[in-house]
Amino acid sequence: MEFIQFDKVSKSYDGQLILDELDLNVKENSFVTLLGPSGCGKTTTLRLLGGFEKPDSGNIYLNGTDITLLPANLRPINTVFQKYALFPHMTIAENIAFGLKIQKKSQDYINDKIKYALKLVNLDGFENRDIDSLSGGQQQRIAIARAIVNEPKVLLLDEPLGALDLKLRQSMQYELMKLKQELGITFIYVTHDQEEALTMSDTIVVMNQGYIQQIGTPEDIYNEPENAFVADFIGESNIIEGIMIKDELVQFLGVQVPCVDKGFGNMKPVDVVIRPEDVELDQPGKGFMDGIITGCIFKGVHYELDVQCGNWEWMVHTTKYFEVGQQVSLNVIPFNIQIMNKPASEDEEVLKEDDK
Amino acid sequence: MKKIKTATSAIYMAIIFLFLYAPIFVLIVLSFNDSMSRTVWGGFTLQWYANLPFNDTIMDALFTTLRITICSSLLATVLGTSAAVGIHHMKKHHAAIMLGATNIPLLNADIVTGISLMLLFTRFTSLGEFSVVLAHITFSVPYVIFNVLPRLQSMSDSCFEAAMDLGASPAYAFYKVIWPELIPGVLSGFLMAVTMSLDDFTITYFTKGAGVNTLSTMLYTELRKGIQPELYALSTLLFLLAFVMLLIINFKSRNQEVKNEN
Repeated sequence: MEFIQFDKVSKSYDGQLILDELDLNVKENSFVTLLGPSGCGKTTTLRLLGGFEKPDSGNIYLNGTDITLLPANLRPINTVFQKYALFPHMTIAENIAFGLKIQKKSQDYINDKIKYALKLVNLDGFENRDIDSLSGGQQQRIAIARAIVNEPKVLLLDEPLGALDLKLRQSMQYELMKLKQELGITFIYVTHDQEEALTMSDTIVVMNQGYIQQIGTPEDIYNEPENAFVADFIGESNIIEGIMIKDELVQFLGVQVPCVDKGFGNMKPVDVVIRPEDVELDQPGKGFMDGIITGCIFKGVHYELDVQCGNWEWMVHTTKYFEVGQQVSLNVIPFNIQIMNKPASEDEEVLKEDDK
Repeated sequence: MKKIKTATSAIYMAIIFLFLYAPIFVLIVLSFNDSMSRTVWGGFTLQWYANLPFNDTIMDALFTTLRITICSSLLATVLGTSAAVGIHHMKKHHAAIMLGATNIPLLNADIVTGISLMLLFTRFTSLGEFSVVLAHITFSVPYVIFNVLPRLQSMSDSCFEAAMDLGASPAYAFYKVIWPELIPGVLSGFLMAVTMSLDDFTITYFTKGAGVNTLSTMLYTELRKGIQPELYALSTLLFLLAFVMLLIINFKSRNQEVKNEN
């Protein structure tokens, strides 16, 4: 039995289907990120697990127990909300003590816990401060402290860093990972920020329009996206229609290029994904295809180039500067060519169309 | 040019204040006039104020008014607060209908409300203090709703969910998390209800039945009988009471705004 299990869970609001027979398993003590664009059903999944919504059909299990109809206040799960949801008329200590008082813990125990939690989130000595006197990042940390003092089995985080600026977000990402290690509990994290997902999680669940698109480690998701939606949503990529001639040989844009993928069959239509940083530029005639530079933008770590080859425009990332108008050739090593099946079902087709 | 502008606006303001407050000022002056005449100044006196507690008609009306005001305001506050919570959690469409219905007693002419309530009460109960209380609740509830609802709307819904998430039952979550945030709105709603109930004449007049008099209806009947300077004194006190209540409400909401801005 899995630690957390969604079994054919469906949910709709006002006749609009948000989740369609979702199946999802989560291992104990993992850091799972639900990643997807807004409206993909990731927050609904989290709210179902937190007990704030009831599914229309299907069951949710925690540690083998059916918790589908268990109200939020009886679940051993705590949530860090998107807008922190701190209680404005209470001090920080009272906020953190809220759950412990309900559990009727002794005052000594509560005081110890408050101290411990504030230390954990680097806000020692903030006990008697007002919520209003804190910055967004500090409020977020109090929200985390308030959730973890209850020693939940699962901590749910609903885009907790969404409102913070870039620097703070990055440092909070490291703090969350550290916290995860210290607490040793399961984290389920919702975000639409792919970089956040890649940085923190053991497992990423990519969702779109109520369906899971792919589940895997950050490396798997980035390097071997299973379909065009995942490839496009995680990082930037060139997604090209092609034909799998035979094993380890694919044809796209009129050229045949060796690759490492097998088992797609012969002469099968496929999607080819090539990451912009995997395209190598060389003298004209040296690669598998020639083109002309039509755009060059400085992005800090790299230049983002547009390379026109016939009527297809490639996106290329390189650390070298190229003049607009310069003739180049493109090359990609076989290992960096990712082949994906064309969407087979109608639903998948819809997802792909929408994404364009 | 600028001088003319400021001068004009100052004069304009002065005229507005004159029109608004001159009648009340006349009333206040007359309440200290040591003469039964409305036109002759007979010297300063506090006699009319001193007479008030010994006037049975006035004291009777005062206590009736207080009973009605307190009962109706308290009940209207309870009803209005629950209604606001209910409306807040309705679907948008339903909430809009409810708010529209809530607006009707506010917009309806008092005399129409008064007559319709009278017709209803004579059919189902007798007219008296009880029917006046019911009538006052009817027109006070919307004021409470419109004071409480913004408090709910400014609050993040996730606070309630956060309380549930931390193990609170729905009732405990409401009491500990929602209620403390509502109190300012509930209080100003209550004060509005008190003010409205205290100075209502029309609706009370139609629903009170014989023998029951609140201060406002008593003033009306007594003034028709003839000049009694005690009534000036009483009116002055009523004006001051309403004035003070208004100041409290304004001051409270100003404080709230300042607090929200910080």
